[in-house]
Amino acid sequence: MNSFLIISRAAPYGSAAAREALELALACALFDREVALLLLDDAVYQLLPEHSPAGIGQKNLAAMQQSLPLYDVEKIYVCQSSLEARGLRPEALALPVTPVDPQSLKALLREHEAIINV
Amino acid sequence: MSDSTLHILNRGPNQPDLLQHLLDAMSEGDQILLIEDGIYWASEHFAERFLLARPKVLAADAEARGLTNLSFETVDDGDFVELCVEHRRSVSWC
Repeated sequence: MNSFLIISRAAPYGSAAAREALELALACALFDREVALLLLDDAVYQLLPEHSPAGIGQKNLAAMQQSLPLYDVEKIYVCQSSLEARGLRPEALALPVTPVDPQSLKALLREHEAIINV
Repeated sequence: MSDSTLHILNRGPNQPDLLQHLLDAMSEGDQILLIEDGIYWASEHFAERFLLARPKVLAADAEARGLTNLSFETVDDGDFVELCVEHRRSVSWC
């Protein structure tokens, strides 16, 4: 069974990239693939709570994010140094996440067979 | 109309060099407006980078992204238009 690691570096709403990473994670889960998400750099902002994008004419990503555990996408890794560089703490995020330090990235990549940067 | 420039920034901390170029290019009397992913620069964590500059933040973009504890004043779309008119020129850093 293939296991997928989806890597996102993009903040939400400024481009379609964050939505596409989520869609890909959910699509992998629908086909019963093991899938994990890794949020690097500005992608850690995807998990700020209380998005209200109606004012910019976009759909809220939070509903999709909250559906991840329902589709058994339970492994969401966030880069610890990306959080620190932005003054964020893992507890402040909208979903439970596993912080990883840059030294753990090698092992994380080696745990997966397919790695996709979105 | 004063001889000033409106600097519009729409990229976030993934592009730190872009903010630095903007700050280097600023003259006295210029105004910064943070929009889209640029609003993340308005979080308390980055406030010191702006030194004496007081950026304005487009409210709808900050609300969309759930960014609270903004260090700077927010403006709406009508204010955005006024800022463009008040300044002799505008530059989009993107």
